[in-house]
Amino acid sequence: MAAFIIRRLGFAVVTLLAVLTLVFVLVRIVPGDPAQVILGDQASRDAILAMRVRLGLDRPLWAQYVEFLSGAVQGNWGASMVTGRPVIEEVLRVLPWTIELTCASLLLGAVIGVPLGVWAAVRRNRLTDYIARIASLLGLSFPPFVSAILLLFGFAILVPLFPVISATTGSISAWWQAIALPAINLGLITAAYITRVTRSAMLEVLSEDYVRTARAKGVPWHVVIWRHALRNALIPIITVFGLYLSILIGNSVLTEIVFNRPGLGKLIVGALNQRDYTMLQGMMVIYTLIVVLVNLATDLAYAFVDPRIKLQ
Amino acid sequence: MTVAAPRSLRMPARYLLRSALNAFNTNKTSWVGLVLFSLIALAALLAPLLAPHDPIEQNVLAKLRPPTSDHPLGTDSFGRDILSRLLYGARVSLVIGFVATLAAMAVGSAIGLFAGWYGHRFDALVMQVMDVLLAFPSLILGLLIVAMLGPSMTNIIAAIALTSVPAFARIARAPTIAVKQREYVEACRALGYSDARIMLRHILPNIFPEILVMGSLWLANAIRTEASLAFIGLGVKPPTATWGGMIREGFENILDSAWLTLAPGFAILVVVFSLNLLGDGLRDAVDPRLRGEA
Repeated sequence: MAAFIIRRLGFAVVTLLAVLTLVFVLVRIVPGDPAQVILGDQASRDAILAMRVRLGLDRPLWAQYVEFLSGAVQGNWGASMVTGRPVIEEVLRVLPWTIELTCASLLLGAVIGVPLGVWAAVRRNRLTDYIARIASLLGLSFPPFVSAILLLFGFAILVPLFPVISATTGSISAWWQAIALPAINLGLITAAYITRVTRSAMLEVLSEDYVRTARAKGVPWHVVIWRHALRNALIPIITVFGLYLSILIGNSVLTEIVFNRPGLGKLIVGALNQRDYTMLQGMMVIYTLIVVLVNLATDLAYAFVDPRIKLQ
Repeated sequence: MTVAAPRSLRMPARYLLRSALNAFNTNKTSWVGLVLFSLIALAALLAPLLAPHDPIEQNVLAKLRPPTSDHPLGTDSFGRDILSRLLYGARVSLVIGFVATLAAMAVGSAIGLFAGWYGHRFDALVMQVMDVLLAFPSLILGLLIVAMLGPSMTNIIAAIALTSVPAFARIARAPTIAVKQREYVEACRALGYSDARIMLRHILPNIFPEILVMGSLWLANAIRTEASLAFIGLGVKPPTATWGGMIREGFENILDSAWLTLAPGFAILVVVFSLNLLGDGLRDAVDPRLRGEA
């Protein structure tokens, strides 16, 4: 087990280094001088030189790289070019909103997706299976901002059950109104993924010998499905989660924009529109950290669920 | 005595056609996907003939009109005809999607082939890099690249292609490793064929169907990513019509002119869904083991 954890930790560190390097390179191949971009065309030569010193652009590339890496690891991601506040402060301010939305949608996705996937697998090639497959394929095809707009149009404009602009705080009902539609939007798309993965994992497991043995022993069908089969099907479901996270992050950005909900997505798009390069760079670091940490957690969960993994 | 090569290795056109037909007939939904997608592609191709108006022609007297006989899908806030913009927007989406997917297919398959063929450290290193890219949110990476380099068609294509390369590398690598150990490849080696010749002439044809099927699924993804980038404001510059851009512009008027966003939104959904139906059905036929996997 220890060797497994060390190997996975090693991979996480390599991933982190690689993406940070990519971010460093990307930010520096921007055409034109960043100092010029920040200060605009009217800026004097002195002002541009001063800005270059402030940004550390006057130093050799390797020194900038070392400084960027050590800063990134220590949580020092620079200050926003627009507000002047530290990037980490801005990120921590909106992070709870994004985490709340992500967790709610994952919960909703699992509550809908797992039973639907199991049901489809058990009734393979029958009407229920076809409906579940087409519905999940449709869910996967929805660009998240289109489904978000449809939800907004349906349940905030045609039938005004929810406010058009959420993000109200205070009472429980305000919280519910703010999170319901965004969470349903992300949750349904997540459910589509989970349904497909659960279905294929269950199909694989249902043809195993131990399932037949359990049936032959007279174990009731529902016990076989939920206790014997689903537990083993959980392994591929967890594996896919690490991959799905990157899709979920993209989807949550688009959802936050449509519902005008604070969060990392709104922050990154705001930084984009204002050409706030340090903010963008910092946001990439936080996304990298999230991806690496969650992938590490899924790997460990994987080893926890399946004892065979540890032995390898 | 001469020994004829097995049929599957010679791959005459008729054989290819028949196996493609078989793949389609295994899963009827692929037909639905193919027909839907062909119709849209045809509409995009014939846009200059089908469009009732010039897609960028403004008409201040006919702003935000609901659907009428002259403007079947209404007009936007500049008085431009939505149907015409939708038809021309399809061209942008499809061109970006196709070029990005083909580029990712070529680069990714080459990387996968090389990694699988040479194996060992080279394979480990290359696939590590691919895994890193795969783990990273493609929308965020695309967004950063396009934001940094500027929203031109080339940059958008490059960004989308880069994010889909690892998927093709993975798909090409696994069958390469499996095929590498087959006897006919061993025979090629014994005959002294070069690595490049074996890879191109003897391995690639065998893994090509799988790459092609994944290509249709990733084309759907590329079109969706392009629309998402355009919705965020990183699409091909206005006044060129793009579906994501139309939704972005129409979203400001959602309260009174919902058709501005609903029409392009529906268009994106139909294209992506048709490609998913097509690719999903074909994948079942090409590799039954992958059935229903996300």
